[in-house]
Amino acid sequence: MTIFASWVAGVIFGLGLIVSGMADPAKVLGFLDLAGAWDPSLAFVMAGAISVAAVAFAVARKRTVSFLGAAMNLPKTRRIDRRLVAGSLMFGIGWGVAGFCPGPGLVALGMGEIKALVFVVAMLAGMELYVVLERRKQRQAGAFGLRAG
Amino acid sequence: MLIDWNAFTPWHALVGGALVGTAAALFVLLNGRIAGISGVLGGLLRPVKGDVAWRAAFVIGLIVAPLIYLLFGSPPKPRIDADFGALVLAGLLVGVGTRYGAGCTSGHGVCGLSRLSPRSLVATVAFMAAGFVTVFAIRHLLN
Repeated sequence: MTIFASWVAGVIFGLGLIVSGMADPAKVLGFLDLAGAWDPSLAFVMAGAISVAAVAFAVARKRTVSFLGAAMNLPKTRRIDRRLVAGSLMFGIGWGVAGFCPGPGLVALGMGEIKALVFVVAMLAGMELYVVLERRKQRQAGAFGLRAG
Repeated sequence: MLIDWNAFTPWHALVGGALVGTAAALFVLLNGRIAGISGVLGGLLRPVKGDVAWRAAFVIGLIVAPLIYLLFGSPPKPRIDADFGALVLAGLLVGVGTRYGAGCTSGHGVCGLSRLSPRSLVATVAFMAAGFVTVFAIRHLLN
């Protein structure tokens, strides 16, 4: 049941990206281009999304299990560190280069766009690179008798 | 600041945004999880038993969304101006960056801000600022 719910959420998420224009990199870049002819639409996408989701998270934070009985798995990390900031900056640069973030990349892939396929494959390669680098770091920390946090 | 009124689509943006918010709401209320696309996708690279199906179902849902959209009409074609080299660079940066930063526009931007998470606010400010600066550099300094 939770698997079907995940699929439905994915579909609705994707439909929202299409309807809102987020799945169109040219529109995203029009929002990021403050110095050009600015298209403020994406600020409205965020406002629309947050106004609905905020209600759900307010309900969720008071519960220990979901309405389907799954454990509540909300992030517990509160640390604001260099990883968070440097990673987000790197992501933002990539977002600005092509106008794609992960969700719209997958949706455009579903539209059969070859360029979206190139983006998604490179993104998966980047995620894989992260795993490899993290594992190496943990091994090195282990070799020095440290525990990787 | 010059607003491009012809490109500005506030109603579509709000309705589409509400759909995105609804998806995130369903995800947390039914599955107890954050609908963060980079995290859901990244977790599939080193599959852990019992932790694969819901991730794959969500990602497949995103990919087939354009097909479902066909029930209502034909989806607008994405305008992708970046060339292949730029797409590879962008993909690598987005892949590495979202994993180090533990989230993207959906996880930090939509879900994190909805939860009033200070950590997500910092991440969102960082990637938005980087996006603004990058587009400024590419469009107004390099060209």
